[in-house]
Amino acid sequence: MSSSSSAFASSRLLTFLVCAVLLAVLPLALQPLGEAWVRILDTALLYILLALGLNIVVGFAGLLDLGYIAFYAVGAYLFALLASPHLAENFPAVAAAFPHGLHMPVWAVIPLGAGVAALAGVLLGAPTLRLRGDYLAIVTLGFGEIIRVFMNNLDAPANLTNGPKGINSIDPITIGGVSLGEPLQVLGFTLAPVTLNYYFFLFIVVVAVVICLRLHDSRLGRAWMAIREDELAAKAMGLNTRNLKLLAFGLGASFGGVAGVLFASFQGFVSPESFSLQESVLVVAMVVLGGLGHIPGVILGAFLLAALPEVLRHVAGPLQEMSGGRLDAAILRQLLVALAMIGIMLMRPRGLWPSPRHEDRLMPDEAQATATGGPR
Amino acid sequence: MSRALLQVQGVSKRFGGVQALSDVGLDVLAGHVHGLIGPNGAGKTTFFNMITGLVPSDSGRFELDSRPYKPTAVHRVAQAGIARTFQNIRLFADMTALDNVRVGRHVRTRVGWWQAVLRTRAFLHEEDQITHKARELLAFVGLEGKAQQTARTLSYGDQRRLEIARALATEPKLLALDEPAAGMNATEKVQLRELIERIRAQGRAVLLIEHDVKLVMGLCDHVTVLDQGRLIASGTPADVQSHPAVIAAYLGAGHQPVAAKGEGA
Repeated sequence: MSSSSSAFASSRLLTFLVCAVLLAVLPLALQPLGEAWVRILDTALLYILLALGLNIVVGFAGLLDLGYIAFYAVGAYLFALLASPHLAENFPAVAAAFPHGLHMPVWAVIPLGAGVAALAGVLLGAPTLRLRGDYLAIVTLGFGEIIRVFMNNLDAPANLTNGPKGINSIDPITIGGVSLGEPLQVLGFTLAPVTLNYYFFLFIVVVAVVICLRLHDSRLGRAWMAIREDELAAKAMGLNTRNLKLLAFGLGASFGGVAGVLFASFQGFVSPESFSLQESVLVVAMVVLGGLGHIPGVILGAFLLAALPEVLRHVAGPLQEMSGGRLDAAILRQLLVALAMIGIMLMRPRGLWPSPRHEDRLMPDEAQATATGGPR
Repeated sequence: MSRALLQVQGVSKRFGGVQALSDVGLDVLAGHVHGLIGPNGAGKTTFFNMITGLVPSDSGRFELDSRPYKPTAVHRVAQAGIARTFQNIRLFADMTALDNVRVGRHVRTRVGWWQAVLRTRAFLHEEDQITHKARELLAFVGLEGKAQQTARTLSYGDQRRLEIARALATEPKLLALDEPAAGMNATEKVQLRELIERIRAQGRAVLLIEHDVKLVMGLCDHVTVLDQGRLIASGTPADVQSHPAVIAAYLGAGHQPVAAKGEGA
């Protein structure tokens, strides 16, 4: 037993090391091909973070949330306001208080973004507690749109969000005096800003994965799954479903908030159109496509749906030429993404990489691990 | 003489034009198996759902362990010490048997989400305890070899027993079983009876709704009979069996009192 488990552990360690090296080298390999490729990776990492957060709400607790992108918007606008000249330009009081402009450091804004988004998650979750399934989806969809409409219209009477024009000149993230917005020379190798952002995003995503895995294997993870499976039975087991659902909404939203902060600093610009309903649907699609509730599946789903359109860009071009320019590349891409999703859901209805079914496995350690005798 | 664990007095419930329960009361004594029987539509399940907070009562007084007890919110019922099973099994179908029972431990454990994320010593300790206790309970109901099976793949009898294990995980003072023998074959019924006897031996009280008269008469210390929302008899199985109102209403008019197999009669 011990030899086999240590072999298992060492093979896992090996897999982990290989993955770590691959992920570390990937942007360096892609950077010479063009920064656009690394940018795709950065975007994919942001989507992975969003999908992981939504997975807590939809995958773990079974609450279909179609307005999740609102928390992304909250995080993005929070950083945009706290790390750009916008507030100082529009509010003399802010300009007087911060003569050098408002430039909040990222280590302060990330927890703040997580906190504010979590608060928004709880506030938006509270009225929906009695709703389930389709009804919950419709209400959350509405909430998501409300946040976007607010961002779009809060340029008057006081110009808080600059309306549809959005907020620009947002600071890049600075860590330990190193700005992620400028190229960095390391051992004669130039790391582009997109590559630096990649490493920072990767770090955040790894932390998020660890948090998700640990939540999953805890009494809370089990309680959420119990609510997903049968809410009444969960209540009868003494689970306070109201608090547990609010916790899921809050924790899930906090991931969206952090992703929003990263997004704002990465783009240097935010506007309401980045947070449309389509984005919410895309994140839900990532979670469902990958495998509801299964963290590796969700990561795979997010990566594929974030990267697939970019790959299809290269396929759509030749197809457009073949049709003599009659097919529009953008429409063709959407069509291909839709076809791919329909195909995947037909062939793998539980997602590309669903959580393993337990009955398929033999558990040799069961008998010996079982204590005999009755409970006290 | 055992003390009364659950005292219910004067419970009434009306659904529109139907008087589902009128002025029903019963005392469940500590360490007793208390049977609740009656023909279909007698109000057994309504009464049961009222005790477990699923249905609010129009009137009535409840006392659990000599303290006033208000079954208002469903989740408070388990916290107060009453755990139930369902007539139509309601397991967490896609979770393993072990996880089903571990969910039952939730109400008796405390660790918060930040401790789970940080994997603190308190968390690891509590998690160990949860798993240990859950495995003990699986062994207690005879499912020790099936801990990692998904609940939906278990056989019918196993699902019933898993539901009981899950309820026991909340450390109830009173275990309320809603027709646990429904759909069971003879062997499974014998196993169920033996399991309930072992639960009683631990000093827990059991409230049992059951259609199987043989099982009820053989197992229960006390039987309450409902008919059309009214309490028509209450007493030992022998008393109840020979009660004319019970024979008329429940077993059918003109029925001869028969001695149930076993020590009950």
